[in-house]
Amino acid sequence: MAEKKSLGKEFSKGIIAENPVLRLVLGTCPTLATTTSVESAIGMGLAASIVLICSNIVISALRKVIPDKVRIPAYIVIIASFVTIVQMAVKAFLPALDEQLGVYLPLIVVNCIILGRAEAFASKNPVLASALDGLGMGVGFTAALFAMGAVREILGAGTFLGMSVPFLSENPMLIFILPPGGFFTYGLLMAAVNRMAEKKGKPRAELRGCEACPMAHNCALNSANKKEEVAE
Amino acid sequence: MSKRLTVSASPHVRSNETTTGIMLDVIIALIPALIMSVVYFGTRALALTAVTVASAVIAEYLSRKVMKRSNTLGDLSAVVTGLILAFNLPATLPLWMAAVGSVIAIVVVKQMFGGIGQNFVNPAMTARIILMVSFPTAMAKWVTPFQNCWNADAVTSATPMATLASAKGGDLSAVADALPTLTDMLLGKHGGSMGEVCSIALICGGLYLMLRRVISPIIPFAFIGTVAATMFLYSGFNLEYTAYQLLGGGLMLGAFFMATDYTTCPINKKGKLIFGIGCGLITFVIRVFGALPEGVSFSIILMNILVPHIENLSAAKPFGTLKEKKGKKEEKKA
Repeated sequence: MAEKKSLGKEFSKGIIAENPVLRLVLGTCPTLATTTSVESAIGMGLAASIVLICSNIVISALRKVIPDKVRIPAYIVIIASFVTIVQMAVKAFLPALDEQLGVYLPLIVVNCIILGRAEAFASKNPVLASALDGLGMGVGFTAALFAMGAVREILGAGTFLGMSVPFLSENPMLIFILPPGGFFTYGLLMAAVNRMAEKKGKPRAELRGCEACPMAHNCALNSANKKEEVAE
Repeated sequence: MSKRLTVSASPHVRSNETTTGIMLDVIIALIPALIMSVVYFGTRALALTAVTVASAVIAEYLSRKVMKRSNTLGDLSAVVTGLILAFNLPATLPLWMAAVGSVIAIVVVKQMFGGIGQNFVNPAMTARIILMVSFPTAMAKWVTPFQNCWNADAVTSATPMATLASAKGGDLSAVADALPTLTDMLLGKHGGSMGEVCSIALICGGLYLMLRRVISPIIPFAFIGTVAATMFLYSGFNLEYTAYQLLGGGLMLGAFFMATDYTTCPINKKGKLIFGIGCGLITFVIRVFGALPEGVSFSIILMNILVPHIENLSAAKPFGTLKEKKGKKEEKKA
């Protein structure tokens, strides 16, 4: 899949072109839940990145040992051990962050970015490439979380990393730290990153097909397609 | 593309109806309520309206320009959105918040989904809800009429809706002192959003729109009728309580001007009926059982989101065809 890519590209693709959150739409749950402040967003991003890099390295190193049939449980065991290490470290040294992230820290075990990279990349590529892939994806994840956290904290709470922003701190738009504001910011960032990637000539990340659309039944496009099918 | 635009042979009947004409009718219908809001809340109401309309028009112009789409200011829909949004705001709201509301309505709700005719929820209604969630204190500052609303310390009062919410089971005796008389409710002499207080002006506007055949009477009647019926039953056949519920809050404004938005309501009569009844039921549930005293805006938004499914349910059977039997469909799937 990625044999011809240089190592530098393995790293850089995760930032914009294949940004896990904004382009691959993975790991949306922690993204929406932990971006109410910049601090917890960065904490979540770094914790997940560490787990991602470590698990990518180990899974890639063991890729020839793990039998295909039980690969998913094997991956989960590896990921879960790293999550436990990270969780214990955070609990010991950053108890405040642990409290902020709450259940989302142990939930990194089932974060689909990590499992996704293990399945799609680390299980097929050598150790160095997998480490760089994990690093790039981790940077992309953290950057996306940071961007969302910044928008939501500045507009929704009127602060940035706890420092108050003039005017906005007196009139925060509360909706931005509530779930609807999270979805809203997410959508806008996705559109912006899509546009950035499109300018570089990468295809737009799109939900294809009409299955997910509630309007499909009445949609002119859809019915036209159906008619054509019948005619053929 | 050509397949989607199959046109039958001429001659074609051409209607003189235009989007601009319809929007102009809506603006005319809103004028009585605007005049009454200026009477009650003074020049502040006029300033607020000017800000929302101006920022809606500017936002529409700029967003169309940035998105490299044609200029659609001529259809006046941005003006209507601005007007309706202003009607939904308390007269004391800081002007910049009103402008933020307009920008949300036009840019986020309307233009990002493709502009006029493409938005899936009512822009003004959504902007009001976003403002309400974002600035809860400023959006709940209901001043009593006939005072200087430019004054930051203007006297505020509970709206009739808040008072009614405390009258559990429709028992008005405990709250009778706090409620304005029914005549005042009709004329609008009570606290509330600047455009929603004067029910009689809104009803006049609504009737004008129906007479001009701009809106179909089905949605307003189904909506108001459902609220009336449910409130009447809930209060144990208390006519007075029902009347307060009908004249208070944003029911008249919502039923005549917002639920009937072409883009966000079903096309045929059956669908419109389901839509109106649904709006009424959700309003009843929120007003009586919810934590908020008023639920018209949420009911309209929720039903807006259901419109595609209502359309599926109410799709008309083409003339001369047989209805597909349920058993057949299942067979097909299998």
